[in-house]
Amino acid sequence: MVTGTQNVPAPKMVDVFSDVAIDTALATNPAGVAIAEMADADPRILTLTADLGNVLADFRQRHPRRYLELGIAETNSVSVAAGLATCGYLPYIFAMAPFGVLKCAEQIRTDLAYNHLPVRLVGRLTGLAMGIFGTSHHAVEDVAVARALTNMTVVTPADSNAVLSLMRSTVSHQGPIYIRIAEGAEPVYAAPPVFEFGRWLRLHCGSEVSLIGHGLGVGLAVRAAGELAARGVQADVYDAAFLKPFDEEAIVDTARRTGAVLTIEDHSEVGGLASIVAETVGRNGLSVRLDRVALPDEDLEVGTPAALHEHYGFTAAGVVAKALALTGRA
Amino acid sequence: MSVDAPPPVSSHSEATLDRGRAVTPAELRWRADWIRLQTVQLIDQAGVGHYSSTFSCAEIIAVLYYHTLRLRPAEPQWPDRDRFLLGKGHVATGLWPVLADLGYFSAEWLTQFGKIGSPLNDHPNMRLAPGIDFSSGSLGHNLSVAVGIAYGGRLSGRDYRTFVLTGDGELQEGQVWEAAMAASHYRLGNLVAIVDANGFSGAGPTSAAMNIEPLGARFEAFGWRVAEIDGHDVVALTRTLDELPGPASERPICVIARTRKGKGVAMMEQAPQAWHLGLLEPKLREQVVAEISGRMRRW
Repeated sequence: MVTGTQNVPAPKMVDVFSDVAIDTALATNPAGVAIAEMADADPRILTLTADLGNVLADFRQRHPRRYLELGIAETNSVSVAAGLATCGYLPYIFAMAPFGVLKCAEQIRTDLAYNHLPVRLVGRLTGLAMGIFGTSHHAVEDVAVARALTNMTVVTPADSNAVLSLMRSTVSHQGPIYIRIAEGAEPVYAAPPVFEFGRWLRLHCGSEVSLIGHGLGVGLAVRAAGELAARGVQADVYDAAFLKPFDEEAIVDTARRTGAVLTIEDHSEVGGLASIVAETVGRNGLSVRLDRVALPDEDLEVGTPAALHEHYGFTAAGVVAKALALTGRA
Repeated sequence: MSVDAPPPVSSHSEATLDRGRAVTPAELRWRADWIRLQTVQLIDQAGVGHYSSTFSCAEIIAVLYYHTLRLRPAEPQWPDRDRFLLGKGHVATGLWPVLADLGYFSAEWLTQFGKIGSPLNDHPNMRLAPGIDFSSGSLGHNLSVAVGIAYGGRLSGRDYRTFVLTGDGELQEGQVWEAAMAASHYRLGNLVAIVDANGFSGAGPTSAAMNIEPLGARFEAFGWRVAEIDGHDVVALTRTLDELPGPASERPICVIARTRKGKGVAMMEQAPQAWHLGLLEPKLREQVVAEISGRMRRW
């Protein structure tokens, strides 16, 4: 939780196809749990998937007519959802991020974003969550693509409680939203946090180094902050749950406070949070030391999420090492 | 009927335009040529545009908007209206004059076409222009969107129909066939695709680039009911659309309208590719206008 550190099991592969137990549990399928509950109260809500119906077990049981399976046809699912949205519905598309987002970039842009339609893309298996299956299954450019689209909102929950908050609080937002689910995220919040649209939550106060993460990066930042504190380094920690719109004021404030900013994300170093922060400090004329824990812009290795995270330094120890280097204490 | 005669069916902005409105074949033929003439004018303003692709579907647009569709121009978002999606969005110049004539917006808007800030673009934008049920321009999307709208009708229990006008080249897009599968899977008999099968895409004959035939057999294989007609024969178009099974029926319908790219202007019919995109020089424009206008006086 935000106030402490703990031993966390290494991220495991998530089997969304055949593991029924994980589909109905808050810890493993918070978006599925959230949408079933939200749909009880809001008849506008529909769900669509392209062969990912297992993650909607609850929803399908409770609202069978409000679930559309489109088969392995992701682009069709996005445009069908756009049509439904013009009829007053709120379609949530549950998709494997590499296919549901990257493959459909043009449909998302042309049919959803340009038309300001309230369709939500719930991206499962983001980042390296399907790392063992090959580079086709990596989704590490999705934030860069989604945030380049005018009118898109991009949110990246840090854990299950954040998923609940971000899904509930954006239900009536007028435009399209990409909700990037971090699989197997360690708990960060003890209860659903309260987010203000477009603003980041400050999870730990410090003045020597800023740690800004999104998704899996938030849990790492919190744990790293605990380890840094034990070494006498106070970190300023933020949950960058909104990547579009993002919290410019938070970036400027923390950069001024610490003069050293480290971003942490399960995403390419191109176009994600690292870019957001660099663009913002540059535009504001701040002289700040920057570094990032992110995935390099090169052909990525294939392996389990835990092995890949270790390989690319996407660990609490990796965050601590880079934070210390930024503060000149390495 | 003269070129300048008041439109025979128009100015219904206060009321619901019901399905199957009374109109004579002569009036529909006149209207199709009026659409061609207006298109020449709009392209002239913009400096470039799609003549021959618009001309091939002029009768289809005339029959839909002056006979078939249930509309309420004063209330463009009326939930029970029949929907029309212009899959081949590059022929919006043929639609803008019609929407103005029916009262969706002032005819004054047409004078801004082609200028920065105009709500009427070369491809339609649903956020800017009343009467546009969905934006288009990127080929292959709108049949999918129409599946969503038709499914929405099933969910809400409304009896509207959803029509999509596609080009034949557009059918080369893979997403069209994802949508075709979904439409029959979900038994969307309230969905009607009209293919303006003019045989040409931007760079040449459609099936020379990538064969799409036999089109009827392909749609039938995907579970659709198919009608194949002459897309310039307003009587055949009217009858086919009058005889559509009710919206509660369970098979989506594909009307393959065999058309001629550049129809109605002899030199464009002879060289349809050359006039896919272009601008008529003043002298040539006069000839084209004279050819169309001369015919309109005879209808």
